[in-house]
Amino acid sequence: MKISMASPLQSYTGGSMLEGHGKTLAELLEDLERRFPGIRFRMIDEQERIRRHLRIFVNDAQVFDLHHPLRPDDEIHIVQALSGG
Amino acid sequence: MARSASPRARPTSTRMMDTKHTLLMVATRKGAWLFKSDPARRNWQADGPHFLGHIINHLVLDPRDGCTMLAAASTGHLGPTIFRSSDRGKHWKEARLPPAFSRQANGAGRSVKNTFWLTPGHVSEPGVWYAGTSPQGLFRSEDHGKTWEPLASVNDNPDFQAIWGDDQGGTPDGPTVHSINVDPRDASHLYFGMSSGGVHESTDRGRSWTPLLAGMEVVEGLDVTNMAFHDPHCVRLCPSNPDRLYQQNHCGIYRLDRPGKTWDRIGAKMPKKVGDIGFPMVVHPYDDKTAWVFPMDGTSVWPRTSPEGKPAVYVTTNAGKTWRRQAEGLPGAQGWWTVKRQAMTSDTSTPLGLYFGTTSGELWMSRDEGGHWQNLTRHLPEIYAVEAACMV
Repeated sequence: MKISMASPLQSYTGGSMLEGHGKTLAELLEDLERRFPGIRFRMIDEQERIRRHLRIFVNDAQVFDLHHPLRPDDEIHIVQALSGG
Repeated sequence: MARSASPRARPTSTRMMDTKHTLLMVATRKGAWLFKSDPARRNWQADGPHFLGHIINHLVLDPRDGCTMLAAASTGHLGPTIFRSSDRGKHWKEARLPPAFSRQANGAGRSVKNTFWLTPGHVSEPGVWYAGTSPQGLFRSEDHGKTWEPLASVNDNPDFQAIWGDDQGGTPDGPTVHSINVDPRDASHLYFGMSSGGVHESTDRGRSWTPLLAGMEVVEGLDVTNMAFHDPHCVRLCPSNPDRLYQQNHCGIYRLDRPGKTWDRIGAKMPKKVGDIGFPMVVHPYDDKTAWVFPMDGTSVWPRTSPEGKPAVYVTTNAGKTWRRQAEGLPGAQGWWTVKRQAMTSDTSTPLGLYFGTTSGELWMSRDEGGHWQNLTRHLPEIYAVEAACMV
């Protein structure tokens, strides 16, 4: 599936668009962690919560559950929710 | 406790001739900078920004190898991490397992917001580092900062958990574990300070902790026996006499001489119109009677700026019996500065160099132990921490 990656995480991925694999969001994040070590903890905390200033959209719907199922033709958007200056 | 290494002794007067340069490590809300001096510390070259846009809470060089540098990093929108350099900041790699609390099955456990404080371990344990976090947590690395393990004796301590409360507990910007001190004579002998939690000592390498609260005051009307009300801002152990600690607290300046257990409020001897409120505490590396503070206004709504807009450092050279103002070169008026707890430090040269950074992004230095001050740079982001190292 296609993933568009927020700019703060592109130091890990090397670009904004990439491919990923997984039957759930959790599996997709594990796939990213295998390929880009360290990236998962920047997005997901140690209690398996999506960090406050990060938003994950599957197609056009925001997803909060890491067990959310994914299909190969889904488009994933990982975006930042900036606040403050 | 077994103690082997000797306390630090004052070097000979030729010490400056041995110093190739002094390295300043400046951590800010928007990145990190390194400043490198000539041997006389008169000319400085800026190297940075490193990690532009990252919140860098602390940037520390390992004095045991003179090469390893750790940076405690986060951003406003990503989780926290530790960056490591093995060549004094030329190249950086991320820690494989940065500090993180143990996972709770119900998902209700705490998560590290940022690593706040970094301390290299004892000289006999070359790979060991300690990290204090916000919310309060203590972590240890045994591999030069590549991986970090939580210390359950602190992070899962029921006595501490009882005072930490939930996300609404503690100070709004995040209560921290800070001021991690390792006794240079004994790797098992540790201290740390905790916002809303007091000062704690371990003699078994962090397996257990004993509070050191006696003598410390709390906000009027609160229960002095409740450790939740104790708010140390910065605790420093004297390298020349590890039985002596100095502390800048929310409620005054203190000294503790071990094996005594009662802090003495030496800030009572500060001028009344200046007071003894502030954040940083700097101890002389070779003289346990000398220490510096940077007082701030703790009246009414606690502006925490230089009293009357007149920035000044205060020094004691007799362990707190008297204090002397050191403001030559600093603004005489309209200087509403705040200096955070990690943002003031010394080098180890003779005469000693002192340094501090302000939340308004100014970096100041003294080459003569506070006698004269000069601005080193302006216009940096909000300065969180300043560390110095003499490279020989």
